[in-house]
Parts: sequence; structure tokens; C-alpha cells
Amino acid sequence: MEGAANRVLHDLRAKVARLESPQLRARTILPFGDVAIDGKLPGGGLVVGALHEVAGGGNGAVDGAAAALFAAGIAARTVGQVLWCVTRHDLFAAALAQAGLGPDRVIYLEAGDEKSLLSSFEEGARHGCLGAVVAEVSKLSMTASRRLHLAAEASGTMAIAVRRWRRQTEAADFGQPTASATRWRVSALPSVPLPVPGVGRARWLLELIRCRAGESADFLVDACDGEGRLRLSSDLADRSFTARDARWRA
Amino acid sequence: MARVVSVYLPTWPIDRLLRATRAGAPELSKPIILIGRHGAQRLVTAVNVEAARLGLRSGMPATKAQALVPELVIHHADPDADAKALERLAVWALRYSPVVATDTPDGLVMDTAGADHLHGGESAMVADVGRRLRQAGITARVAISDAWGASHALARFAVAETVIVPRGTVRISVGPLPIAALRLPMDIVGDLRRLGFNRVSDLSATPRAPLALRFGPIVGRRLDQAFGDSAEPIDPLRPADMIEVRRTFVEPIGAADTIARYIGKLAKELCDRLEEKGLGVLRADLVCHLVDNRIQVARVGTAKPLQEVQRLTRLLCDKIEKIDPGFGIEILRLAATLVQPIEASQKVSSLIEASAADVTDLVDVLANRLGERSLYRMAPAQSDVPERSFVRVAATAPATNAKWPIDWPRPSRLLSSPEKIETVALLPDHPPVSFTWRGIRRRVRRADGPERVFGEWWKRDAEFVAVRDYFRVEDEAGERFWIFRAGDGEHAATGSHHWFLHGIFA
Repeated sequence: MEGAANRVLHDLRAKVARLESPQLRARTILPFGDVAIDGKLPGGGLVVGALHEVAGGGNGAVDGAAAALFAAGIAARTVGQVLWCVTRHDLFAAALAQAGLGPDRVIYLEAGDEKSLLSSFEEGARHGCLGAVVAEVSKLSMTASRRLHLAAEASGTMAIAVRRWRRQTEAADFGQPTASATRWRVSALPSVPLPVPGVGRARWLLELIRCRAGESADFLVDACDGEGRLRLSSDLADRSFTARDARWRA
Repeated sequence: MARVVSVYLPTWPIDRLLRATRAGAPELSKPIILIGRHGAQRLVTAVNVEAARLGLRSGMPATKAQALVPELVIHHADPDADAKALERLAVWALRYSPVVATDTPDGLVMDTAGADHLHGGESAMVADVGRRLRQAGITARVAISDAWGASHALARFAVAETVIVPRGTVRISVGPLPIAALRLPMDIVGDLRRLGFNRVSDLSATPRAPLALRFGPIVGRRLDQAFGDSAEPIDPLRPADMIEVRRTFVEPIGAADTIARYIGKLAKELCDRLEEKGLGVLRADLVCHLVDNRIQVARVGTAKPLQEVQRLTRLLCDKIEKIDPGFGIEILRLAATLVQPIEASQKVSSLIEASAADVTDLVDVLANRLGERSLYRMAPAQSDVPERSFVRVAATAPATNAKWPIDWPRPSRLLSSPEKIETVALLPDHPPVSFTWRGIRRRVRRADGPERVFGEWWKRDAEFVAVRDYFRVEDEAGERFWIFRAGDGEHAATGSHHWFLHGIFA
């Protein structure tokens, strides 16, 4: 009985989605490869033809180190070249390569201001031959995000906005509504303990703050590996990370 | 608004001769003069720097020069060859702008409005012009301003070798120059001097009517031209073999849609012509001749030779907003100023494998919008020093498959210059116990290292013994940083033993 109701709901959802998207294109999904994360996302992964937002938590709102690596991990698992738009260049290409995004795949674009950055971002999302387009933006208005989302949807390119601000106080901007399909916050956590002195594999608190047609969730994950894959942190894999802990961390 | 670059070649006839005879190096230190006939007289027409230092001037009798300087190298002047060579130099200068003309006898003039961004802005472009000419053994002085008259004057009479006059400040820069800078006939300059006018500002402060009565309209006209008040169009040079299409309009056009439509038609014609010759365009110029005798230019460049109508139209139409049609466009001209043969290549069938996605057109669109230098890829370089471990390569450069070594994790953000931090640390090989960066003190919980990076002695002598010890540290909150100590912790020669923060890990 329940299964039948689910199927009806699923068919209805598919019908509505076809009405909403003008191209009647079957949506491609890029799964994370971890059941716990994919289960929380509608369709079992990130929608490829859509805009996604990533920001860092705490100091990460300014340096965006974890957010950039998270975006690089996603982009690494797409096929084709990646356009990475920035206004100030402080990415270390060697680190992106360690997340699986090799130097031959990334084209960097250094824009003089936010306006030309957004227009280049949209141009890249509209083109269609790229695997993913990543842009480090601070302000993202509803109009701009809707344009970007439509461009990504029409071409089937994944657009990732890495939100990054000049000052910690401006990070409150992340609460403003945008048209993005998912919105993530990545914060660095103490690394996996090792039996010997040293720094273990990095761990992140991954918060899915907003998800279209889905619920928000928190995950404690091990950072990207050499192919850009995440996995739920091993010592917590048997229980979910509670919302109370998340608040305490943030 | 025009931006006119004037290039002054003070010793052009001699530079040209030395380049032609390939005798540049040994003769440079000798005084050289060129002599030509003026009626029955043999006069000096050009002198090089060394001869000028010895007191020789162009215009003096050749016999006098020979008498003054014993070991004088004398060549015969050839003004026709000079003019022809100057034209060839103007064709070379088409790389900077589509509107280039010779400014006989000893200069070039070009309008670079709307084209300078392709060379990294005005200052970079002007420096590039000077450097390239000097490398070719040609003495050059370059000036850029809003008006031909001003640039011409500044290139010849300013103290600096390169002069950049910001928009709207022509009056201030031209005012202090001597009146000889105004391109007036020599006798008028002499008469004006006798009347007590020495500088351009003296002349511009005087009522025009008495001047016009005494010297005719030329003084007023030259003043207006120097200040950019009256138009002075440049008649652009067109090489004979340049592929060019044009449209003349009975009724001037001005609307963006109309311009776009005709750009499409011109692009189609141009691509047909290119196809006949098997060429692809690397640089195309759209030149709009306006009804008021002004010229507006849009230039586009491509990364690979291009022969497709849609892509060329797209690139050109992106530039429409930069064109100010004023009272209307009379003639639209589309020229392929840089072409390259297209090599036919076999397409991979989609039955066998998926063809690689081509993003060249996107790169072209973005590079024309933001400038060529703002699009790049990072390629690994052979260096252990982090800030030297990558080089920027063109976005469309072939894939190298080169990789960075993956022995050590690298931070996702690398600070452009390492920032000094205050630390509490044991020497020689312990990581700090705590450090203060940007006013915040952090206690180190975990650390990895050291990773020792040696200086590259082949770059600088100071790096012969220099050492950096990199540590990866994690603070209580879980934030990870990349810090290093300059020096090995034991020998003072290896570094200052100060600590620096160089990157932020994810």
C-alpha cells in the first residue's frame, strides 16, 4: 500500500518536474557515492544541470579553503574541463590536483570585479561543453542565481557557487534566499586521530542547509580523497551526527 | 573617444640602414651620418647618438661634419627606402591596433581605443611597443594621449621615453612644451619666438584673431589639434594582401540590431573569402567609419584559426556595446588582420568514442571580454618551492599530463606572500606549540613535518644555503595551516629562523 502511494507520488513529481523544466530533459544525477549522503538528496545525488552553493563555516567564510576543496571534489567527478572563476587568485592548483582535479582540466578565469565574474560564470554555465563551472562569489542576488540556475539547467552543466566573503560579518548574507538547488556549508573539524603524532585525514562537518524538494541534514565526513570522493567518517558511520552537535560546532 | 599613440623614431634612417646591412653591432659606438643632396649642396640628413654627442646636427654641410669628426662613417641617404621601410613597420604595428598610419618621415601613429586591453592595458601596451622596437635595434619614443597633435608633440619633446597622458588632461601636459612641438612651419615658429611666444601655453592664452591675421589659420588649427578640440582622423594603412570586406550604407546606420545584422553578413563574406584561401582568422578588426569622419574600432582575437561564421559573428557582436555610433555609421569594414592556414583534422566518430568537448569558443568569448591574460591554466613547474611550482599557460594549450608530486598534502589556499607569525617553538626540529596569526593566538594540537625545501641556488646567490622547513599544523578548533620556518633551526646562514604562515588547508 505504502509502496503504491510512493510510486504515485514519484510519478507526480516526475510530471511536475517535466512541466517545470522547459527542455523536458531527463535530469542527470551525480551521486556522492555514500548512501547516507545520497539518501538525503532527491534523486540520490546532486542534480548536474543546476546551481549549487557552498560556503565555509567559521573562518572558512573568509578563506573558503574547505569549500573550494569540496567544490573541487565534486567537479573532479564530472567529465570534461572545469572553468574556475575568481576575483583574487589564491587557489593552490596542486591541492586541487590532490582532490582529483588535474591541472589539464581546470581553466582559471580572473575577473576584475564581481559583475564581470557573474557574467563569465553565466557564460560558462550556458556553454554546455564544460563538466562544471565553479565561481567564487560574495554577493549572489535572487535574480543572478535564477539566471545562473536557468543557464545550468538549459545546458546540463553543473554550476557551483563557492560563497566567500571579505569579512566574517558579511557571511550573514548566506541566509538570503537564492534559486540554488542545494546549499552546503563545510567547516573544518579536528582530523582523524592517529596512533602516532601527526595530522590524520581531514574531517569536515558538512551541513546541507537547503535542498530543493528535500530536507536539510548534517554529515560528519572525511575530506575528499584522490578522486574527489567523500565518505562518512568511520567512527561515526554507525550513528548520525545530531543537530545539537552541529550547533555546538558552528 | 580616441586614444592616439604616437611613436617617434629619432634615428630611423640610420637604424633602418644598420638593420638592412646587418652591421648593427660593431658600428654602434662609431659616429654615423647620412648625407643627401639638397640642390647642389651635400647636407647631413641624419646622425646617430654618437655623432650627435660629437656636435653633429642634421642640416649642416657634409664637408663641415667631415672636418669636425675624423673617423666619421658616412652613408648615402635613401628617403624612398626609408619611407617604404616605415610602411612595413606600420604593418607590423597592426598587431596593436587596426588603425595605424605612417607619420612621415620619422614616426608612426595609431588609434588604440578599444584594442589596448588585448595587450594588458595602456601602460603595458606602450611599454611593449618601446621594448620590441628597442630589441629590434630601433630607437623609439612613445606617447599616448587623446589627440594626435598632443601625442606627436609629447613623443618628440617630452623628457621621458614613454608618456601616458590620462584621458582629459591633454591641456596640462601639452601646455609646457615649446611651440616647435606644434607641427608649424619653421618660419612661423621663428616669427612666433621673435614675438615672445616660447611655450604652447603662451600661445593658447593669446586671442586667436590677431594670430590668424598675422600667420593665417594654421596656428589656430594646430593648437586645436594638439588639445584634441578639432578632429584629426588617421587614414589607416591597409596592406595589399589583407583580406577585407566592406559595406557602404546610403543611409547611416546606428541601431545595435542593424549593426549586428550587417556584422553577420560581413562575417559570412569574410569567412567565404578565407575558405577560398584555406585560412583561418586569428585576429579580426571591425572598423566603423562614422559620418562625422571619426573611426570606431572593435578588435577580436581567437586562440585558434577560425573560419566559422557563427563564432566570428558572436565574438564581434559582443563588442557592439563598445561602439559609439554617434550620428551614424557610413562604412563598415571587416578585416582579417592576422590569419593562419587551417589544418584539416579528422573528427573522431561518435561510434568509436565520445569526442572531446571543445571549449575554444568559450575561451575566445571570455578572453575578448576580459582580456587574454585573465584566462589561463596552471601547469606544474620543476620546482620544490611552492610559489614557483606552477606556471600559467594559455587556456587552450595542449594537455601536458604533468603532475605535481603527491608525497605531501598541499593547502587549497596559498597566500600570495607568506605572512609572518609569532610562535612559541623548540629548535631545531619541533613544530610550534602555539602561534599568533592576524591577531589570533592558536594552540597547536597536532602537527606534521618538517618537509624541508631547499633554496634554488641557480636563481639567486642568496638561496645557495637557504632552507625552509614546512609543517602542517592543526589548532584546537580543527583548522589546519601550512607554516614554515625560514632556516634549518641550527645555522643562522640558512635563514632568519622567523616563522611564516603560507597556506590554509581544507
